[in-house]
Amino acid sequence: MLEIRNLSKSFRGLRAVREVSFEVPEGTINALIGPNGAGKTTIFNMVAGVYAPDSGSISFRKHPIHGLRPDQVCAAGIGRTFQIVKPFAGLSVLDNVMVGAFLKEKSAARARQISAGILERLGLGPKRDLPASTLTLPDRKRLEVARALATRPKLLLLDEVMAGLRPTECDQMVEVFRELNRSQGLTILLIEHVMRAVMALARHIGVLHHGELIARGTPEQVVRDPAVLECYLGEETEV
Amino acid sequence: MALGLSVIFGVVRVVNFAHGEMMTVAMYLTLVLVSALKLDPLVLLAPIAAVLFVFGYLLQLGLINPFINRPEHSQFMLLVAVALVLVNAQLIVFGPDAQGIRTAYSFDSFQLGPLIVDAAKVYAAAAALVVAGALFAFFRFTLLGKSIRACADNYQGALVVGLNVKRLYALTFGLGAACVGAAGAMLMVVIDVTPTLGPAYTLLAFVIVITGGLGSMPGALLGGLLIGLTEALGGVLFVPSAKSMFAFALLVLVLLFRPQGILGKKTS
Amino acid sequence: MRLLEGVPRRGLILLAALLVCLIAFPLFASGYLLAVGFLILYYAYVGQAWNVMMGFAGQLSLGHSLYVGLGAYAAAALYVHFGVSPWIGLGASIVLCALAGAVIGLLAFRFGVSGVYFAILTIAFAEFARIGFDHFAWVRGSSGLFLPVANYTENDLWNLRGSPVMFYYLMLALTAGAFVLCHALLRSRMGYYWRAIREDPDAAQSLGVNTFRYKMVAVVLSAAMTSLAGVVFAFYYNNLFPEQIFHISRSIELILGPIIGGIGTLVGPLVGALLITGLAEGMRELMLQLGIDVPGVKQVFYGLCLLLVVMFLPDGVWPAIARRLRLHA
Repeated sequence: MLEIRNLSKSFRGLRAVREVSFEVPEGTINALIGPNGAGKTTIFNMVAGVYAPDSGSISFRKHPIHGLRPDQVCAAGIGRTFQIVKPFAGLSVLDNVMVGAFLKEKSAARARQISAGILERLGLGPKRDLPASTLTLPDRKRLEVARALATRPKLLLLDEVMAGLRPTECDQMVEVFRELNRSQGLTILLIEHVMRAVMALARHIGVLHHGELIARGTPEQVVRDPAVLECYLGEETEV
Repeated sequence: MALGLSVIFGVVRVVNFAHGEMMTVAMYLTLVLVSALKLDPLVLLAPIAAVLFVFGYLLQLGLINPFINRPEHSQFMLLVAVALVLVNAQLIVFGPDAQGIRTAYSFDSFQLGPLIVDAAKVYAAAAALVVAGALFAFFRFTLLGKSIRACADNYQGALVVGLNVKRLYALTFGLGAACVGAAGAMLMVVIDVTPTLGPAYTLLAFVIVITGGLGSMPGALLGGLLIGLTEALGGVLFVPSAKSMFAFALLVLVLLFRPQGILGKKTS
Repeated sequence: MRLLEGVPRRGLILLAALLVCLIAFPLFASGYLLAVGFLILYYAYVGQAWNVMMGFAGQLSLGHSLYVGLGAYAAAALYVHFGVSPWIGLGASIVLCALAGAVIGLLAFRFGVSGVYFAILTIAFAEFARIGFDHFAWVRGSSGLFLPVANYTENDLWNLRGSPVMFYYLMLALTAGAFVLCHALLRSRMGYYWRAIREDPDAAQSLGVNTFRYKMVAVVLSAAMTSLAGVVFAFYYNNLFPEQIFHISRSIELILGPIIGGIGTLVGPLVGALLITGLAEGMRELMLQLGIDVPGVKQVFYGLCLLLVVMFLPDGVWPAIARRLRLHA
C-alpha cells in the first residue's frame, strides 16, 4: 500500500535519513523503532508531506505522493498524529475531532455524529465538551488519534501515541488499533518506544539507526538480530 | 530611534507600538529641560536617555512582562493603549501646537563640496553614531550584553542557566527606551515637536527596522539609510508629499522576498 | 429560524429583545442619540467583518481602513462622476475590495508572511493607499471628495440620500445580516476549518485542510464585508479625505470593538462597539458637563479603559458576561 524507495533527507548537512526503503502492505500493522534521533519522525514527516525528500520516492496505492502538501496527502487517505501533540486548544474536544471529520463529510450534523462515535470508542466520550486545553497528556494523545481517525484514513501514521500512558491504558489503546485493523482493514504504521505495544501490535518491524534501516522482520526476528541488539537494545533500555 | 525598536523586538519579541510616542515624550522632556536649564539639547542626551531607561524598565516590568506569553494581538492592544494614553497626555500638557528650540548653531551650516548641510543635522547625526557605537559595544563586550543576547537566542536555555529573564527583559526594554530618549533629544535639535508626531514616527521606525531586519542592529542602521535614500529619491523624482509611498513600497517588497529583513536572521 | 439553530433559548430571547430595542430606538432617540446609535452599529458591523479574519481564521489585520476607504471611494466616485446609484456602486466596491484582499492574501500567504509581519504588511498597504489617494486627482486627492448633500426631508433610498433614520436602519440591517451570516459560517465546515487554522495551522493541514484556500476566503470575505461599511460611511458623512479614512488610527479604532468585546465570538463585536462608543460619547458628555475643554482628556481615559480590559479580561468582555448569564458564547 505504501512504498518507500531510497528515501534520503539532510538538514544542514546532517543526514537524517539515508537511502531508506520499505513497504507497508495493505491491512497490516507495522512499526518503526530505533533510538532517539534515528530519523523515524523525519520519515513520517516526509510521508505526510511536511518535508519534501531530497531524493527517493514515496508512493501510496501506486501513486507517487512525495511533493504533495500535507492536506493533499491527508485527502489521499493517510492520517497522522504528531509526536508533540497539537490540539486545537481553544476548541472543544468534539470540535477538534469534527475538523477531521469534515474531510469526508460536508454536513456539520453528520460530522458531529461521526466524531462523537470515534470519541466514544477511544474513551473520550465523557470529555467531549471540555476545551481541549484542559486535557491531560494521555488524553491529548487519544485526541490526536481520534482526529486522525475522523478523516477516515486508509493508512494511519502513529507517532508515539503510547508514550506517557499507563500499562492498562496502553493495552486499551492497543486493543482499539487491533479492532480497527480487524474490522475496517485499517493499515497502520507506528513509531513507538513502548516495546510492550510494539510487540503486541506489529507484524513487521523496521529498525532505524543513524538514519539507516539496519534490520527488518517479524518482532521475533528483530529482537534476536545481533546488529539490533548491539546498537539499540544494548545501548538504551527503553523497554 | 529605530535601533531602540530593533533592540526591543530582537530580544523581548514584543512589537513596541508605543515607540514613536515614547520618542515624543523624550522630545518634550528635552524641550522642558532646555528652557529650564538653558543647556544644549545634545548635552542633555545622557540624562534624558537615563530617564527614558527608567520609564522603559518600569513599563516592561509592570505592564508588559505579564503579557510575554500572551498572543500577539493582546500585546499589541496593550501597547496601543499605552500609546493612546501617552499621546493624549502630551496633548493635554503641551497643547497641539508645534514647539521647537533654537540653539546657537540653529542657523549655522557646513559646506561639504557642493552640498550645504545644516550644522544641527551634522551634530545630531554624530551623536546618533556615538549612541549606536556604544550600544553595539555593550552587546558585544559586556557580560550583561551577552546575557541579553542569550535570552534572545534561547528563552528556555537562558532560564535554565539561571538568568533572570524578566529582569533582563526589563533592562532591554529600558535600553531600547533609552535609545529612543537619545533619539528624541537629537531630533529636537532638528525638528519641532507636536504630540501627533508620535504615531507617524512609530510607523517610520517600523518601516526602517523591518527593512533592515527586526532584531538586527546593523540592519536598523542600514534600513534607516535605505529608507532615507528611497524617500529622498522618491521626493525628487515625484511629488515630495508622496515620498513615503516609496518607503512603504520598499517595505512591501522586503516583506515579501525577505520577511526577516535584509540583515535579519531567520527565525523558525 | 434554521439560520439561528444552535443558539440556546435564553440567547434567542435576549437577541430578539435586543433586536426589538434596536428597531424601536429611533422612535425615541434624539438626533444626537441616533448618530451615536449609528456609530455603534457601524463599529459593530466592521468589527464583525474584521472578526471573520482575525477572530475566526486568526489572521491579524491592522490595515482594515484600506477596505473601508476603497469601498467608500469606489461607490462615492461613481456616484459623483457618473450618478451611478450606490446600490450598483457597492458592487464595484465589493469587487475592488475583494480583489485588494485577494492580492494581499495571495502575496502574504504564498510568500509565507505571517504573524507580526503579516500585520505590518496590512498596515503598509493601507498607508500606501492613503498616500496614493492623496495624489489621485480623479477623487480630488487630499482636498477631499464631497457628495452633493440633499435636504433631509425626503428619503431617496435608491441614491442613499436621506435622513439619519434611514441610515440607522440600513446599518442595522447590515449588522443583523453580518451576525446571521457569521453565525451560519461558524457552524459550517468553513468555520471549523478557520478556527482550526487559527489554533494550529500545521495540525489543520495534517487533517486535510487546505490552509491557503481557507485563509484566502477569510481575507476576501472580510474585505468585501468591510467595503459595504465604507459605502454607507461615504453616503452618511458625504465627504471623504484620504488622510482620515485610510489612516492607521481608523484601522485601530475599528478593531477595538471586537478586541474589547471578545475576539472570535459572535456577540463580542456588538458588545465591544456598544461599550467603546458609549464610553467615548459618555466621556464627551461628562467633559461638557464639567466644563473641561482640553483636547485629549477623553482619549487618555479611553486608553486607560482599554488598558484595564486588556490586562484583566484578556478574552474580552463578552465571554465574562456570557458566563454570568450562562449562555454558551
